[in-house]
Amino acid sequence: MKFRLPGLALAAILTTAPAAHALEFNQYQHGKSSLAFVYKQMNVPVDGQFKSFRAKIAFDPAKPAAAKAEFEIDLASVDAGSKDANDEVAGKSWFNTKAFPIARFVATSIKPLGNNRFEVAGKMSIKGKTQDLSTPVTVTQQGNSATFDGSLVLKRADYGIGDGVWADFGTVANEIQIKFRLVASAAAAK
Amino acid sequence: MNSAIQRPPTGYTHTAIGLHWLIALAIAGSFALGLYMHELPLSPQKLKLYSWHKWAGVTIFLFVLLRLTWRLTHRPPALPAGMPGWQRSAAEATHVLLYLLMFAVPLSGWLMSSAKGFQTVWFGVLPLPDLLQKDTDLGDLLQQMHMLLNFTMAGLVVAHAGAALKHHFLDRDEVLARMLPFLGKSKNGERK
Repeated sequence: MKFRLPGLALAAILTTAPAAHALEFNQYQHGKSSLAFVYKQMNVPVDGQFKSFRAKIAFDPAKPAAAKAEFEIDLASVDAGSKDANDEVAGKSWFNTKAFPIARFVATSIKPLGNNRFEVAGKMSIKGKTQDLSTPVTVTQQGNSATFDGSLVLKRADYGIGDGVWADFGTVANEIQIKFRLVASAAAAK
Repeated sequence: MNSAIQRPPTGYTHTAIGLHWLIALAIAGSFALGLYMHELPLSPQKLKLYSWHKWAGVTIFLFVLLRLTWRLTHRPPALPAGMPGWQRSAAEATHVLLYLLMFAVPLSGWLMSSAKGFQTVWFGVLPLPDLLQKDTDLGDLLQQMHMLLNFTMAGLVVAHAGAALKHHFLDRDEVLARMLPFLGKSKNGERK
């Protein structure tokens, strides 16, 4: 039962019609999306988030193999929990935002896991380093829009985030818990 | 002890003396650490020091709780007979305020940490609940409060220690020696 909105899809087909395929969610909605993370310093969990990021999504739940997803984060928009931390994290040993302002994820494969869950694999590039990354994503459709929720653990050392005096994981842990929510709506009929 | 229900004991218990000095040292250390660490630029060292300061605060709070319980269940020795009334009142007020501040200072630190969005995890193991939601302005206000309470306490500690020294060197009574038993023994050997 991948196809859960027959009525809506039918309406879409009736009103549009050049290509009679199912709903493709491809209009990224920034206002409803969020990108948060939790890092641990001295075993104290600290909440952070990015305010500026954008995604290109083209996702038809019926055709995950054809889906596309691309994601960009303006690293300077980080809120790492305090002003001190924000200034520090923009600096050379962390994101070095002057030289590497943007982090980018490009999905290379999207596989259905059942139950509206999909395994999204791709390449994550931060600070000039690219690593394979994959994460399960839960897709929730509501009317004309779909919400993509996922969480993953990113190891900061894989990207050289926090080197020099910060390289030791004793104060700031290597594992960064990331939680994202992206919302995209299906294009209104042209 | 049972025979002297009406009259206060002549000295403090070992427990009271031990807790007094343990807490005094811990407070002095945390106070100095607090003064030192808050000016540091952000570094792993600073994060460590902040955590240690917070662990110390929680620990001191618990010892103060123990100490207050002990104090309420064990009568302290009486003040010297000849002390003027205003000095008795001042001593009483200082002690009450010091007890209040020994609770208020760590509490304000805990609240401040919560408001600033940095939970307190005791010894990196036991997370204390955050009493407040993250609120940067409130966090800054509580930081001012934490500082004000600390300097008030520091002032009272100076008064407290100054009074003890005055008792010892000017009045030549046993007030300080009761809290520092070795002083009493070396000064007048036949002290009980």
